[in-house]
Amino acid sequence: MKLQRKNRLRALSLGAVAVSSALALTACGSDDNGEGNGSGGSSAAASAGSVKCDDAKGQLLADGSSAQKNAIDAWTKVFSPACNVQINYKGAGSGAGVTSFTQGQIAFAGSDSALKPEEVAASKKVCEGGQGIDLPMVGGPIALGYNVPGVDNLVLDAPTIAKIFDSKIKNWNDEAIKKLNPGAKLPDLKIQAFHRSEDSGTTDNFTKYLLATTPENWKYSGGKAWQAQGGQAASGSAGVAQGVKQNSGAIGYFELSYAKGLDTVAIATGAKAPVKPSTESATAGIAAAKVVGTGKDLALQLDYKTKAEGAYPITLVTYEIVCDKGNKADTLPATKAFLRYIAGEDGQKVLAQNDYAPIPAEIIAKVRTTIEGLS
Amino acid sequence: MDISTTTDVPPPASPPSPVERKRAARGATRPGDRVFLGLSRGSGILLLVIMAAIAVFLTYRASLAISRDHGNFLTTFEWNTNLNPPVFGIAVLAFGTVVSSVIAMVIAVPIAVAIALFLTHYAPRRLSGPIAYVIDLLAAVPSIVYGLWGALILVPHLRGLYGWLDTYLGWTGIFAWEEGAPRTMLAVGILLAIMILPIITNVSREVFRQVPRMHEEAALALGATRWEVIRMSVLPFGRSGVISASMLGLGRALGETMAVATVLSPDYDIHASLLNPGGGTFAQNIASKFGEASEQGRDALIASGLVLFVITLLVNGAARAIIARRKEYSGANA
Repeated sequence: MKLQRKNRLRALSLGAVAVSSALALTACGSDDNGEGNGSGGSSAAASAGSVKCDDAKGQLLADGSSAQKNAIDAWTKVFSPACNVQINYKGAGSGAGVTSFTQGQIAFAGSDSALKPEEVAASKKVCEGGQGIDLPMVGGPIALGYNVPGVDNLVLDAPTIAKIFDSKIKNWNDEAIKKLNPGAKLPDLKIQAFHRSEDSGTTDNFTKYLLATTPENWKYSGGKAWQAQGGQAASGSAGVAQGVKQNSGAIGYFELSYAKGLDTVAIATGAKAPVKPSTESATAGIAAAKVVGTGKDLALQLDYKTKAEGAYPITLVTYEIVCDKGNKADTLPATKAFLRYIAGEDGQKVLAQNDYAPIPAEIIAKVRTTIEGLS
Repeated sequence: MDISTTTDVPPPASPPSPVERKRAARGATRPGDRVFLGLSRGSGILLLVIMAAIAVFLTYRASLAISRDHGNFLTTFEWNTNLNPPVFGIAVLAFGTVVSSVIAMVIAVPIAVAIALFLTHYAPRRLSGPIAYVIDLLAAVPSIVYGLWGALILVPHLRGLYGWLDTYLGWTGIFAWEEGAPRTMLAVGILLAIMILPIITNVSREVFRQVPRMHEEAALALGATRWEVIRMSVLPFGRSGVISASMLGLGRALGETMAVATVLSPDYDIHASLLNPGGGTFAQNIASKFGEASEQGRDALIASGLVLFVITLLVNGAARAIIARRKEYSGANA
């Protein structure tokens, strides 16, 4: 009898351990979005006084780019309590966001790429008398993180990056890499290039950079899906960063905020010194962009070939997409107040605290004017 | 007992009218019965209608996508729905789905049967209860947890196994390894095997427990050892049950999504070696492509889902055919 009871106890405790560890693991899975929010929220909370609410109230539904999810979260922490507006941003992806927007389900969408002509046409059904427009709001450097033992200041240029990610350069002690890093001790190690396994705006922007700077080495058409053969794929920026950390000889691309604990590549752009990714260098890179949107649309064309000193060329800009005219009456005040806050000085300051790049002054000034004109 | 006793029932006072006889044959004589008949028939019809609606929806959206597909839907090694015209095909996905499931079955079925036999015929009763309980718990773990465990713990630890396989079996081509991160079809197969283990074990255990005591005792009386008892009476009796259990497991393996998406390094190419990253499965592809997919992309994914649906139907049909052929061993006739 005694023995039996002991066994039962043992089984129970075993079960308890299994259950609790399962719970602990699920907890890990669900909060990987929370990175970097804490600092932004607390320091920005002090500036909540500058939020102008007007008659904003109720609930704002929004969806879209997961790349700007952390920024929206940080902004929401300040804006929501100040104006008593609940903001529900899902971060299901740019495609999903634009689809929900053109179906009239959400107040604004976040997107890594500007609206395509057919999407603008679709938006006219939702925006009575107007159309969907792109407002650049969040910038971000796409960092190249690497894991090569004994190498901490790696410099690469566009053709080399293209060849690495296209499996043309297969080893770290390749001549092309040696030439760019004369002082480094490059090991005889196989390169494992990590890319995203799912369609992603980060992939889109990274391949746009390769296409613009070195079309002879990057013979693909680009887009959100990865097209080159070979290499390793992982899901999400977090997955790519994880893969690079786990595998010696790995290199991968992701937003800067995921690069914690990893060395990042400095890009030889043609400027005097190679440029490391940072929020400032990204803002400098975006400053070279041209507004290509017509009317109130502020879609940007980034200059990936920029040779300006300290300008990091591989950046992505995410937009908020709203109607210029014909926004829904019940959400317009809240949408306007929120956009005014995030485009304002305090809102843009929050970005840098979360590893995003603020939009350069000249462009953000136009964004502010456009927001005031929304109706 | 001879037949006369059953026919000896006193006849009804008057012969039933044709209407009454019809009603009696239908069995719906009381209001409760009629309500129940209506409810169950209604549910049956509702199920058919829902299934038909799903099938129509899937086929319609799939046909939209396939009509715009610039490649061959069945043989193209590419998935690029944002191009104009779009190019996509399911060859790699079908191959990956089948291969990963087969690996999982090859690993899981023998282990599951062995565990079930151990629990029913070897383990002391005190031990078999807790073990069965723990295996049940395995089935309750969400697949994303398996995915995280696989990506963070299983995959990094597979290097040793891969090195060993490459050294001794590399010459086959199937187990050649190029020193990449081991996020491959074999890793997926091993993970799926762990995931489908509980369901196969549990059903097999139940089946082995149903083996008539008389069969076993008869075998023992003829001087059989315990292994011979298992071989001669337990396994033949349980075969159809084990097959059904395996099919349940196979169904789970074919449709597993998040765990595969987390562990695999997908690409749209078929590799001879199981140890090199690449490939993909239907469910994994849908999970990873859906978020950013355009209208066109979603239709294409739905088309691929339809193919998975058909493959699952075929597998289940095959399983039913196998079980039907082995009816003589089923519990009803024992």
